Amino acid sequence: MTIGHVVDGDWQELERSWADPSGWRRLTSSIDHKTIGRRYLITAFAFFLLGGVLAAVMRLQLARPGHPLVGPDLYNQIFTTHGTTMMFLFAVPVMQGLGIYFVPLMVGARSIAFPRLVAYSYWMFLFGGVFLYVSFLLNAGPDVGWFSYPPLAESLYSPSKRADVWAQLITFTEVASLAVAVSLITTAFKLRTPGMTLNRIPVFVWSQVVTSFMVIFAMPAVMLASTALILDRLVHTHFFDVEQAGDALLWQHLFWFFGHPEVYIIFIPGSGLVSTIVTTFSQRRMVGYLAVVLSLVSTAFMGFGLWVHHMFATGLPQLGESFFTAASMMIAIPTGIQIFCWIATMWSGRIRVQTPMLWILGFFGIFIAGGLTGVMLAAVPLNTQLHDTFFVVAHFHYVLIGGAVFPLFGAFYYWYPKIAGRPLGERLGRWVFGLLFTGFNLTFFPMHVLGLHGMPRRVYTYLPELGWGPLNVVASVGALLMAAGVVLFLVDVLALGSRATADAGANPWSAGTLEWATASPPPPGNFLHPPTAGGREPLWDNTPAQPVVTGLRTDIREVLVTHVLDAEPDHRQRFPDPSAWPLLTALATTALFVGSIFTPWAVVWGAIPVFVTLVGWFWPKSAGDAGTQPWPIRSRTLPRPGEAPAAGGVL
Amino acid sequence: MQSVLRPAGPQASSIHGLWLLMLWTSAVVFVVVVGGVLLALARGTRRGAGETPTTPDSSLHRGIVISTVATTVVLIALLTASVWAGRGVASQRAEAAVSIAVTGHQWWWEFEYEDALPSRRVLTANELHLPTGRPVVVKVTSRDVIHSFWVPNLQGKRDLIPGMTTAIWLQAAQTGRFRGQCAEFCGLQHAHMAFDVVVEPEGQFEHWLDQQRAPAASPADGLASRGLEIFTTQRCGRCHTIRGTDAAGQAAPDLTHMASRLSLAAGTLPNSAPHRRAFVSDPQATKPGTQMPSNPFTDQDLAALTAYLDTLQ
Repeated sequence: MTIGHVVDGDWQELERSWADPSGWRRLTSSIDHKTIGRRYLITAFAFFLLGGVLAAVMRLQLARPGHPLVGPDLYNQIFTTHGTTMMFLFAVPVMQGLGIYFVPLMVGARSIAFPRLVAYSYWMFLFGGVFLYVSFLLNAGPDVGWFSYPPLAESLYSPSKRADVWAQLITFTEVASLAVAVSLITTAFKLRTPGMTLNRIPVFVWSQVVTSFMVIFAMPAVMLASTALILDRLVHTHFFDVEQAGDALLWQHLFWFFGHPEVYIIFIPGSGLVSTIVTTFSQRRMVGYLAVVLSLVSTAFMGFGLWVHHMFATGLPQLGESFFTAASMMIAIPTGIQIFCWIATMWSGRIRVQTPMLWILGFFGIFIAGGLTGVMLAAVPLNTQLHDTFFVVAHFHYVLIGGAVFPLFGAFYYWYPKIAGRPLGERLGRWVFGLLFTGFNLTFFPMHVLGLHGMPRRVYTYLPELGWGPLNVVASVGALLMAAGVVLFLVDVLALGSRATADAGANPWSAGTLEWATASPPPPGNFLHPPTAGGREPLWDNTPAQPVVTGLRTDIREVLVTHVLDAEPDHRQRFPDPSAWPLLTALATTALFVGSIFTPWAVVWGAIPVFVTLVGWFWPKSAGDAGTQPWPIRSRTLPRPGEAPAAGGVL
Repeated sequence: MQSVLRPAGPQASSIHGLWLLMLWTSAVVFVVVVGGVLLALARGTRRGAGETPTTPDSSLHRGIVISTVATTVVLIALLTASVWAGRGVASQRAEAAVSIAVTGHQWWWEFEYEDALPSRRVLTANELHLPTGRPVVVKVTSRDVIHSFWVPNLQGKRDLIPGMTTAIWLQAAQTGRFRGQCAEFCGLQHAHMAFDVVVEPEGQFEHWLDQQRAPAASPADGLASRGLEIFTTQRCGRCHTIRGTDAAGQAAPDLTHMASRLSLAAGTLPNSAPHRRAFVSDPQATKPGTQMPSNPFTDQDLAALTAYLDTLQ
């Protein structure tokens, strides 16, 4: 049996069963993971552009000392909104968007688990982001930093609604990312195609699983903290206000217990992308797969033990601090292991330097520099000098842009043919890379030096006699180059819509994972007969004969649920149909969240529409085809690890 | 003037030493790892389409293990160096120490030189004087939001957290002028919350303390007397103190010897008569958001007020 978009009766029936509704109902009711994933990616990218515009304004303002372009009030809103956007509305959602689109495809599933929950999460993410930017345009943008430290964020020092907007945006994005995390974990654990045992899960899927677990453990800390802050501001609960025996430092512990794992929530999917692209473009199985996966897991664990290095300047006892120094330095080991495995894979592979791989090479140069300055910042004495200076600004942009944005651009070029059916321009791609790589280093490298020369973060201006002018000019010129690179990328993506280009084909890069086993773009339902996995790179391991799963119904939305460890078939599950209830529930939740920054009564009255929409969402269906069906197990011809796949084996 | 790279005391020097160690170690590691990537790239791209990789997995695994062990060894060495430097930076010499209580305000610094005799205490703002060679203990807290005390040439920063008092030690090895700046975001004028540090020989330092202990000079002429009258009867005295006069406000910097300071408005402007005049009449123009309101004085009143401030040496 072959794999491909064969147009026969079954395919048409499958597509009919899984298709989005047509017309405006497609907008309101789609629960297809590809539609939602695409929406997530486009929306997150739009927020990336908005955050980038804010960054450009900051660079213009700082280009010379005493520049009167923006005053302190607007500048504080701009840098707070920039940080908040990039963390909560771009970096986390864009990675989750890739997960929503590709995890089901990579594990050979017809759908993501809990598709309606994923639809709900998208609307919450969108409404949260719109809420932030509407507030910003109404001169109510948050202005106390993306970390929102009390007492500055308390009503005594921030009497307007700005700090509430920040705190409530957190609630929006946390709800959204928790919903996605649960869905991705369930997809990766229960919807894998037969044969994809735990030790054959693609590294990118592992990175999404590990990240999702981190989301589940980290996000509650910041939700708790931001809720306590809103309560302080709304009904004077005195969690953090010192005048009433609250504790200003408590906030910092809670916030950074989330805030540091957050960095890894952004970087771990990035490293999963690096593994994916390095493997494909070295045309070689990952060297040290087990070490890489265990590195991701141990990074996630250690990521929860470092938060105090954001608080070295607060004056905690020295012995206690040194434990966090040790942990902060040792987390470099698992990341180092991953880097060595990537080098070994390239060393022993056949490398094609095409655009996606170019971004990964850029990643190495930038991310390694960022990791090394991270080791410097882990040392308490050095940290007390560099903390809250432009050195730190340089450091985390090297880590996050190097570790997440460069792999992400690589992934755009890598997966764009799968999503759109057409490749992006190779020549233009090299220009985009060149501009962003040069612009990035020009912008952020001088900031290391500025920090060492005493320039603190979050200042809207500085005195000419401090001598920070020239390097700031260099940084601002670099920012312009970066902006030009992003514009060129947009031209590439948007112009392609009208330009007729060659069909990408199902597998343009000769990759080994299952998202390439279906047409580009994948049809509704993804796979008529889900391909099974005979190894870690099923498309390389199973050639020429690809065993597939048969016996799944195509006249209804049916997926195969498998066991967690060995992915053996368990049962067939009927999946839900498209529905507008997730959108209605998200609207009701939005009304509650936004209302509650004005009056506590919004929580009481706002709960009623949320309840009503949830009842609509979960209204019991009639029996019949719904629910769990036993899996008819006739034979098991699955290849075991190390065994040659049975030719044409059918389940 | 305000740089980590020009240490002027033992604490800053030992941090600077750690910085140099980290910088050179990182440079070597960067060259080695990026070199490895480029070497792998060169090998991998040379291989033809049909060629199968020849390196056995076992030797690749050995390479990964060796690199990991090397990474761990380097990290443990840096950790040791960091803890070692930390011990030096935090060590204390209590004898003959100068003790200064620092209180942060939005957006200025209150400095009190402590003394066992209350009458010998010195209260000032936005300018620190330190003697060379004597240890200094700085006890920090805040009256409103979180700030951070930072003189990069002398020592790392320490946050000023309301409800908490913590202490750091520093020492200046050479005379000179340095600049400190708030390093924790504290609101609208975080950018303009700096202070001057004057390091001088012991004798000059003691002389400065004596001079600061004295009450304000009485106005010498009619214009300055008129200025004092305006200061105490208009709203200035509600927030500012000038010792020896009726002005005793606590909400803003003590101005008893304000004309002796190097800069104005927490390191924002040079402390010259024209700047003082401009700042008193419209502080919001220079420092938008500052707690000090604009003051619509007449030109004559402003001249009198400035003349009086000039006498506060």
